[in-house]
Amino acid sequence: MADAKQVIVKVKRQNSPAEKPRWEEFALKWRPSMNVIICLRDIAENPVTRDGKKTTPVSYESNCLEEVCGSCAMLINGRARMACSALVDQLDQPIRLEPMSKFPLVRDLAVNRQFMFDSLKRVKAWIPIDGTYDLGEGPRMSFEAQEKAYPLSRCISCGNCLEVCPQVNEHSNFIGAAIISQVRLFNMHPTGAMHARERLLGVMGNGGVEDCANAQNCVKACPKDIPLTESIAEVNRQAWKQALFGWLLG
Amino acid sequence: MMATIRVAEAGVPVDLFSIVPVKRSHSVCAQGGINAAKNQKGEGDTTAKHFDDTIYGGDFLANQPLVKRMCEAAPGIIDLLDRMGVMFNRTPEGLLDYRRFGGTLYHRTAFAGATTGQQLLYALDEQVRRHEADGKVKKFEGSTFLSAVIDDGGVCRGITAMDLRSMEVNTFCADAVIFCTGGIGAIFGRSTNSVVCTGSAQSALFQQGVDYANGEFIQVHPTAIPGEDKLRLMSESARGEGGRMWVPKKPGDNRPGRNIPESERFYFLEEWYPKYGNLVPRDIATRAIHRIVYQEKLGLAGQAAVYLDVTQIPRETLARKLEGILEIYEKFLGVDPRVEPMRVFPGMHYTMGGIWVNGEDQATNVAGIYAAGECEYQYHGANRLGANSLVSCIFGGGLAGPAAAKYARNLEKGAEAAASGIFDRERKRQEEKNQALLSTDGTENPMTIWRGLGEIMTEHVTVTRINKNLEAADAKLCELGERFKKINLSDRSKWSNQTLNFARELGNMLILARVVTLGALQRNESRGAHYKPDFPERDDANWLKTTRAKWVNGKIKLTYEPVDISQIPPRARHYDAAK
Repeated sequence: MADAKQVIVKVKRQNSPAEKPRWEEFALKWRPSMNVIICLRDIAENPVTRDGKKTTPVSYESNCLEEVCGSCAMLINGRARMACSALVDQLDQPIRLEPMSKFPLVRDLAVNRQFMFDSLKRVKAWIPIDGTYDLGEGPRMSFEAQEKAYPLSRCISCGNCLEVCPQVNEHSNFIGAAIISQVRLFNMHPTGAMHARERLLGVMGNGGVEDCANAQNCVKACPKDIPLTESIAEVNRQAWKQALFGWLLG
Repeated sequence: MMATIRVAEAGVPVDLFSIVPVKRSHSVCAQGGINAAKNQKGEGDTTAKHFDDTIYGGDFLANQPLVKRMCEAAPGIIDLLDRMGVMFNRTPEGLLDYRRFGGTLYHRTAFAGATTGQQLLYALDEQVRRHEADGKVKKFEGSTFLSAVIDDGGVCRGITAMDLRSMEVNTFCADAVIFCTGGIGAIFGRSTNSVVCTGSAQSALFQQGVDYANGEFIQVHPTAIPGEDKLRLMSESARGEGGRMWVPKKPGDNRPGRNIPESERFYFLEEWYPKYGNLVPRDIATRAIHRIVYQEKLGLAGQAAVYLDVTQIPRETLARKLEGILEIYEKFLGVDPRVEPMRVFPGMHYTMGGIWVNGEDQATNVAGIYAAGECEYQYHGANRLGANSLVSCIFGGGLAGPAAAKYARNLEKGAEAAASGIFDRERKRQEEKNQALLSTDGTENPMTIWRGLGEIMTEHVTVTRINKNLEAADAKLCELGERFKKINLSDRSKWSNQTLNFARELGNMLILARVVTLGALQRNESRGAHYKPDFPERDDANWLKTTRAKWVNGKIKLTYEPVDISQIPPRARHYDAAK
């Protein structure tokens, strides 16, 4: 049918880290409210390229499909974003899908973001509670403090801020904006603040907060609108204070 | 994760398996909040009232003693989460704020904006990471459970799991195994659930002799945003904060919602249920919307949709308390819900039924296997109240962890002593299943079978159930089962093969779907979420009992057992007046 609207999608395919990447193009049937996930599912149901060659379904990560789990980050028309909230009608065609480039590739659009979870360990991104037994209520917190901290707590570890950061490259171990922002979050909490020093030590030195070169790409790429540059500035200030006066503060 | 933390605290090492990194689990989608009768609004709320609301809301199908304990433990759970650093909303005094939710008249729901589940999951994820850094927990993320390793004495000695990158099947020896494998949304095709919520693990266990209870009780959430890939939830908290449901009084009225004057709007929930209004329980609200659309023919512009309207709520309140969900609506529909009423329709959301567990410590009928969270059946009866799921999964996990640790300690012979032959045997069995799927040269695409499954289940086994349709649905499910045998995987590679994993899940889904359908077919009454127009009343004389499905010689067998009603005697359930 000539008048059936099509969606043209180009996917960068790579069967495994050892193999060479290649591009494949697909022509899909357009429907209202289509997003990139629906495109990938269409391909899985009929894995045939535009020129009629049989291929395999595309590997990619996804889970919640409402932009809150952080799984489906990829490069869409060159931009790091979540596939579930990338609506076809708002994208230029052909839609180009590529895996994130700053993380080790698994297959096709799936990458391994373990680095981010390891970094959360490095900076001790938690409140060290004594135990899960009943110790009564937590510390009181002002309305304002909660309003400031809550946006930081919405980080979904998607990795978009690392993907767009020029300081994240093969020559550096920069932990990236998301993790630094978590340091700020936990240092804001009344109990977390008691352990701010440990966290700051984790974010100092090789790959730490001072590696930020202030490109400010991170804050624009964050799907959750987290004030990442503010977090970096604040943690940088805390780290300097720790470096200069840490011996005094003990 | 609560179970993991508790086992680690007991000094017992834990291997944690998850398909996705645990931080990406489905609980991130829980929006509205978590219930606990802290009575912080001076309304005289008590844990006894929370207990009564939960049992009444569940239409008296839940075994009562453990539900009572859960409601009593809930305030302590909130305290614990607060200590873990959850950024709950606060009152001007710096205390936790509480809002109203469905099925209660009290402000009992603590919340962190409209992303409470995400915040709670993260707090637990952080504590697990801390134990991981201390070497007490070892994570296997990107692994999927295939089967339990059960010895000849019927005792579980570990599991087999598949690494989703290398596709290798490995066995893991364990004294006890706890399942927290969540919901089953995928058997309904589209639901509010995440992609990983397939019920595959529950089904695999069922086929190994772990009983499955009350499978027919499926919650359909009244307010979801329809989408082709998923039905995105629009939290009950929108109504808890004052959101109202309505349709234009005139059928087929094509004006934009905001242009329809107040006098021409039909606030159907408020009119039909004056006492609870927009906050009736989910099963009631869902049926009301179906009535509006299918019987009264008042759906928006003649379509299957009604309005959920928050435009009258002050902007500042929306920003502080509901931002997370409004953002979802705006991003996925491109319409600002602060200005224009939201178009919503019911969507499959939660399974009240699940793995059968005992009434004490979350143990299943197979020694060494425990279950907690949505994957088990015991807290919500025939209908779950909003904001009770987060509390039940944390409470259940908190029980299962120490129980499993204690069981492991008291074992005469640990799993290491089990004959190594049983592990090899099970691994081989699983590898052969993979090989069979990879080598079958059939004609059927797994995605196509899955879409068929979703259509059958959504049409016949959700809101309204009619016996002849259920019979037909079961026959069609069996047909799909036959087609599944003629599957053709379009990907046969040995590295990160998502098609193979999906096919395995699909095989399990097809069986679990039949457990749900047959349970519904048998139960000739209406109770909570299970509604049969041909049997419109609750029938305590015949059906005040738990469905307990068993797998006997490769067939589903339904058995029934009495419900423990020792605390609150059953009474009729009405929401048009106070209880």
